[in-house]
Amino acid sequence: MKIAVLLKQTPDTETKIKIKSDASGVDETDIKWIINTYDEYAVEEALRLKEAVGTGEVVIVTAGIKRAVESMRQALAMGADRGILIDTEGLTLDSYTAAVILAKVLPNEKFDIVLAGKQAVDDDCVQVAHGVATLLDWPCVWPIEHIELSGDKKSVMVVRPVSGGTKEVFEVGLPTILCCDKGEHDPRYASLPGIMKAKTKPIQELKAADLLAGETPKVKWVNFSLPPDRQAGKILKGEPEQVCAELVKLLREEAKVI
Amino acid sequence: MAQLNCTDFLNISSLLTEEEIQVQHAARDFTEKEILPIIIKHHREATFPKEILPKMGSLGFLGATLPQEYGCAGLNNVAYGLLMQELERGDSSMRSAASVQGGLVMYPIFTYGSEEQKKKWLPKLASGKAIGCFGLTEPDFGSNPAGMLTKAKKKNPSASGHGGKWILNGAKMWITNGTIADVAVVWAKNEAGKINGFLVEKGAKGFSAPETKGKFSLRASVTSELVLEDVEVPEENRLPKAEGLKAPLNCLTQARYGIAWGALGLAMACYEAAVEYSKTRIQFDKPIGAFQLTQKKLAEMLTEITKGQLLALQLGRLKDSGKMRPEQVSMCKMNNCAIARHITHLAREILGANGILDEYPVIRHMMNIESVYTYEGTHEIHTLVLGEDITGIPAYK
Repeated sequence: MKIAVLLKQTPDTETKIKIKSDASGVDETDIKWIINTYDEYAVEEALRLKEAVGTGEVVIVTAGIKRAVESMRQALAMGADRGILIDTEGLTLDSYTAAVILAKVLPNEKFDIVLAGKQAVDDDCVQVAHGVATLLDWPCVWPIEHIELSGDKKSVMVVRPVSGGTKEVFEVGLPTILCCDKGEHDPRYASLPGIMKAKTKPIQELKAADLLAGETPKVKWVNFSLPPDRQAGKILKGEPEQVCAELVKLLREEAKVI
Repeated sequence: MAQLNCTDFLNISSLLTEEEIQVQHAARDFTEKEILPIIIKHHREATFPKEILPKMGSLGFLGATLPQEYGCAGLNNVAYGLLMQELERGDSSMRSAASVQGGLVMYPIFTYGSEEQKKKWLPKLASGKAIGCFGLTEPDFGSNPAGMLTKAKKKNPSASGHGGKWILNGAKMWITNGTIADVAVVWAKNEAGKINGFLVEKGAKGFSAPETKGKFSLRASVTSELVLEDVEVPEENRLPKAEGLKAPLNCLTQARYGIAWGALGLAMACYEAAVEYSKTRIQFDKPIGAFQLTQKKLAEMLTEITKGQLLALQLGRLKDSGKMRPEQVSMCKMNNCAIARHITHLAREILGANGILDEYPVIRHMMNIESVYTYEGTHEIHTLVLGEDITGIPAYK
């Protein structure tokens, strides 16, 4: 069983985001970088699939700059076997170009399953995995919270939550791309022997520029700004009947939500 | 480059390898998720969360510097120090449990034990499936262990090697994990007055380990007496390579090394709590951190932590290169415990009345540091060790 995990390095979700003074992007100086939260669930599921089969390989595939190797090593410390870094130094990628370069790399490795997080917690675009699936013409299920390999190892059964607590169950042929939500398994801790072993695991480096083959981003970032500061809340006092009437009035006239 | 997830004013991160920083991250993550959510309850109820040891074991936290062939992580000493720092940020009881298991039980078995002893005990102790304890201190012999009264007598003096037996008599005190231990490393004098180490197994006839009650420090840790009344120990349970007081003192050097780092974790926890509190607590219409008296305290805390970090790091580098002297460990243990103790007081002052509630970590650490300041060589004895190193004159003899 050969499994890839598409891993993105993102700012820690507790980071206070600051915008550069010229509004051209996010100021990265004090950012603490982590594995994208949902990609960490994907790593855990990949390791569990490999353990269930007993043999195979989990490969971490990352499009990013050299700094991202730190997060890749963390996934290797959790138990993944090797990594492929597609170095994007000097380039600005959008979801489309990210999908293009990943779709160039994945077929060469003949993966059975490609796992990704359901979205990246930085830009929240939710497009790269779908883009890769479209370019490769592979089935893709988004988001999933449970994966089970079939007895003949030719398909997987996946569970997808839909609104209202309903679950959809799919049987999907391989190869496929599956996008992981927070599922039933918490990502494991990197063990200390795992950390020691991770430094000897190979990370192959490719150049994104070589894989783009003339493709250019479809999206251009024009301007960045922070959301406006939240206004202080309003507390209504008085008899319940009065307060209710006042609340409905405010929701309708001031907040304009009903 | 990767950065430590802790107080790091002088960019100590730049002096560390990527793996050392990863170990700190992994340990901090563990403390946040496995220790901090349960520690207040165990501290209040004075119970040890026994299940924490297999959890630590599964991640390689126990005996982490020992080689991988015995199921250990094979870390260098700086990474190990960072691990101790992060565990003690959680609670001194948790760091003590890992220190005792690794530094005082696995280390002597690894260093002074036979191959059979290593194979039998190290993997089980590394995984946390077995718990160990270390018995050196006695009711009347704390700083002066050479005076110990515990005796080991050959049962059949003509028997040598396998099949021989020893009879142990005596009492040990202040033994972390004694009551719950599967194996105790007990130090006793033979008839020639030489100190030997023995592996006394749980359930041995005449061996009991009652728990010490009424502690107001290290409450989430089990502390015990070890009582040995004609306990029969086979010769194959004697540590063959340990003879003389040097062996147990060498074990204590390992544990003290970990304390020099651990005390920093405790100090950082108090400092970070004090910084947070001083920014959010408003008095006279401004945060108390705006007052010079508070700022002076915070500046003093940060400065002492930073100096302590540099001491611990250099000590670790010396240890990794095989050049560390026990007197250097004395200085670092002594200094880092003393500054940590002082920092707990400053933090308590900044937190005002909230400083005495266990909702904040400060009072718990303040109570814990009293043990850490005194155990593994008191502040006073380490001072005299340095005094002897400077003058060549031992003051305690």
